[in-house]
Amino acid sequence: MKNLIRTAVAAGALALAASAPAAAAAPESDEPIILTLHDWSGQYITTTIMGNVLKSMGYNVEYVQADYLAQFAGIETGDLTVAMELWDTTAAEALAASIATGNTIDLGETGMAAKEEWWYPIYMKELCPGLPDWQALNACAELFATPETGSKGRYLGGPVTWGGWDDERVEALNLDFEVIHAGTDAALFAELESAYQRKAPFLGWVYAPHWAPAKYEGEWVEFPPYSAECYNDPSVGLNPDMAYDCGKPSGLVRKAGWAGGEAVWPCAYQAIRAFRMDNATMGELVAEVDLEGVSVDDAVNAWMDANEATWQSWTACEG
Amino acid sequence: MTAATLEVTRPRRRPLGSAPLWLAAALLAAVSTVLSDRLPAWAVEYPRAWRLPIEPWISAAMKWLINDATFGLFTFQEFTRSISWLFNWLLEAAYGLLAQGFTFGKGEDALHIPHVSWIALIVVLVFFARRVGGRGLALFVAFCFLYLAVFGQWSSAMVTLASIVISVPFGVLAGLLVGIAAYRNAWVEKAVTPLLDLMQTVPVFAYLVPILFLFGFGPVAAMIATMIYAAPPMVRLTVLALRGVPEEIKEYGRMAGCSRHQHMWKVLVPAAKSGLLVGLNQVVMLSLNMVIIASMIGAGGLGFDVLHALRRLAIGEGLEAGIAITLLAIALDRLSQAAATRPPPAHGSVRDGSWLARNRLAVGALVLLLVSMAAGALVPAIAAYPEPWTVTTGKFWDEVVAWLNINLFDTITIVKTWLLVNLMLPVKEFMLALPWPVLLGLLAFAGWRLGGWRLALLPVALGAFILLTGNWEKAMITVYLCGLSVVIAAAIGIPLGIWAAGNRRRTGGTLAVIDTLQTLPSFVYLIPVIMLFSVGDFSAMIAVVAFALAPAVRYTVHGLNQVPEHLVEAGRAQGCSRRQMLWKIRMPLALPEIMLGINQTIMMALSMLVITALVGTRDLGQEVFTALAKADTGKGIVAGLCVAFIAITADRLIQAWSRRRKAQLGVA
Repeated sequence: MKNLIRTAVAAGALALAASAPAAAAAPESDEPIILTLHDWSGQYITTTIMGNVLKSMGYNVEYVQADYLAQFAGIETGDLTVAMELWDTTAAEALAASIATGNTIDLGETGMAAKEEWWYPIYMKELCPGLPDWQALNACAELFATPETGSKGRYLGGPVTWGGWDDERVEALNLDFEVIHAGTDAALFAELESAYQRKAPFLGWVYAPHWAPAKYEGEWVEFPPYSAECYNDPSVGLNPDMAYDCGKPSGLVRKAGWAGGEAVWPCAYQAIRAFRMDNATMGELVAEVDLEGVSVDDAVNAWMDANEATWQSWTACEG
Repeated sequence: MTAATLEVTRPRRRPLGSAPLWLAAALLAAVSTVLSDRLPAWAVEYPRAWRLPIEPWISAAMKWLINDATFGLFTFQEFTRSISWLFNWLLEAAYGLLAQGFTFGKGEDALHIPHVSWIALIVVLVFFARRVGGRGLALFVAFCFLYLAVFGQWSSAMVTLASIVISVPFGVLAGLLVGIAAYRNAWVEKAVTPLLDLMQTVPVFAYLVPILFLFGFGPVAAMIATMIYAAPPMVRLTVLALRGVPEEIKEYGRMAGCSRHQHMWKVLVPAAKSGLLVGLNQVVMLSLNMVIIASMIGAGGLGFDVLHALRRLAIGEGLEAGIAITLLAIALDRLSQAAATRPPPAHGSVRDGSWLARNRLAVGALVLLLVSMAAGALVPAIAAYPEPWTVTTGKFWDEVVAWLNINLFDTITIVKTWLLVNLMLPVKEFMLALPWPVLLGLLAFAGWRLGGWRLALLPVALGAFILLTGNWEKAMITVYLCGLSVVIAAAIGIPLGIWAAGNRRRTGGTLAVIDTLQTLPSFVYLIPVIMLFSVGDFSAMIAVVAFALAPAVRYTVHGLNQVPEHLVEAGRAQGCSRRQMLWKIRMPLALPEIMLGINQTIMMALSMLVITALVGTRDLGQEVFTALAKADTGKGIVAGLCVAFIAITADRLIQAWSRRRKAQLGVA
């Protein structure tokens, strides 16, 4: 009986394999390509698109939930194969350190650009007319104050792990604000949602591509423009004694993967390198998923049906 | 009987020895805090230069373990990786069967056999429940699993179920074996007990990084972390249950000429069954408690759904997935309890008939499951619950929270601000200003009064570790946050317990609510709490109180209900009023139990630290969380140990107090 089933299964598999289009290049390995998933929708979408493209090329694909920064340990050992969204703004150091080990390789940019900065809902502009210029902030500090922060304004920063140098920025630019760190992205936006529902003051760390700038109308504060020197050299910028007296850098969103995978799945790695997506497209997809409640799979499938030429062009394998 | 009552109402000695000494100690603390500016700087803030670099030592040791440690034939990492290979294989099989089906071949040309049909699984489980637990259980199981299907949680729930189905038996078995070894050998018990304390009190995030390194990313690492967290109660309860087996039964086993092996497995283990079952219950409950954290490192399933929904602030959706976890936990618990307590069939009746006749039900179930898999390939609605039939109440809950936020926020803020200004901030400042030599001295004094010089040494040694690693300030914030939360939880929980204890129906209802509160992932109510109370210590405190309330209520009910009947009778004979009965007889006698409840409340409060780190507290929990995100093994383990040491100090002092009190009341 057991043998019978096995034979039947094998025959079925063969029959299906034979009917496959001959044009598709045979995948080099059955080993699954493991893509990491984090906990924000945009990354989920990017990764699902890439996963579907790889599946269409005949590869076995697996998804694994992994922490954004802890994943590098897994990529270096080959436990994980590819991370699709590494933001220069938050992961640059960790990525550089990981590449330095020789076990991780940069798989190029995704085409998306990350923007993150202090952000306020548009209704705050009426109360604090000087915005978005950062120099208006001190005059309005009381507006943003809470019992916990006393007379200082409250700025809700990201989780400590995001870095961002906000405490240093407040000191360097002499802002009458206290940085409160939200423990997670969810906590940060829960407070924004709460404030927005009540039209209450809010000043916090908002980034794009994300659903929040699409759902809530608001603006980013304009700080003195970022430069590498401003971060590294205290003498540069408004405050001659301190670094970080400027805005946050905007940066690219990159892909990276296990160096050893290049030899196992060369064509897959080429496709991953070719992946490109722009902010506008991603913003639409994220809004669809997070605001309209479309499932990630449905949104991705709809996009892939409508843009077949785009993603088909990534799959061409040379060499 | 009168003598007993007398002893209760008028203890011979004053409790806890000399009150003036305690008063002096408290005064010293207060004065030293007020005068902290005049004290030498090193007494207020432990100097950086005196720290020991323990974190890098641990990181280096871990690096060695991962890269270089070897057993000769194979390395340590190869050993752990082979364990994870084995678990992975089992887990894949369970996933395939329940959630994903089996795929042969690769890419789009692969042959796919669907997973077990939802209808078939419900039918089989309901029949099983009917058989082991009667109609009530069958209805309950049907309700739980239909909820999963109707609310669209089925496929995620099956992923969670698959990992539970593999991890719980291993956790129970490992716990049982370790427990038996500890029961047999005193030295094993001595070695294992502190380890169990650590396993239960070190926050999971602290050892996730080494686990990820050793066992690889993915569901297996999550499963191993779950087992580490969930197995200790099984060990403890095994030892307790085996000890509790009446001497007559042990004697009988020996007289019957049992071998050592037979004595254990045929006499002791069956006789200790009820205690072991509590262990099973704890493993199931704690495993499901871990679902959210496990999903952060690759377990997927319901935990991931909760996280993902809350990231989008879809509160209603998060709640539905959270309730699915709760229902799954309770259903699995009741099913396993019923299956294990089912009376053995009468002797002789089972052996009749052919193998097929004896196992008709099992064979029927197997055939049904297999047929359903085949049928699922043809009719998708059989394999997976059709999506258009699902229901969601998500929008409704979102609107409830929005309404609360818009209409009640200002009122809530007034209460919150008052509590912050008048209670939380002063306590926080006091804890931070309290000089460390004074606090250590106080703890040593308390330990000495309660349990002699050994108990005086323990808090000093543990406190020294916190000082040496430079975590004192964070530890004080931890003590402030947890301490206040415990006081509030006790202030709500003990009266609630007193209210519930009087009456059977109230007891049942209250405990059901408490169970739900404890298995519902705290993340589910954390997000609405933040919306109403903003990011900060206050939100953290509410979340901790909600979670830590349960033991305060449960142990109060338990303590009041187990006051010996003859003492209650004696009180009545003396003509006590209801009020006197409660305050002069029942409460004093229940006090040791209630204190154990407080002890558990402290443990729960500390175990919530990692969750409250997610709302941005600045305590040891945050330290652990940051270390996880930076994959810094040493930092995570050190901060985790600091949490554990706070827990152990509190635990030992309260246990000693409770023991003394029991001895004084003569109810030991």
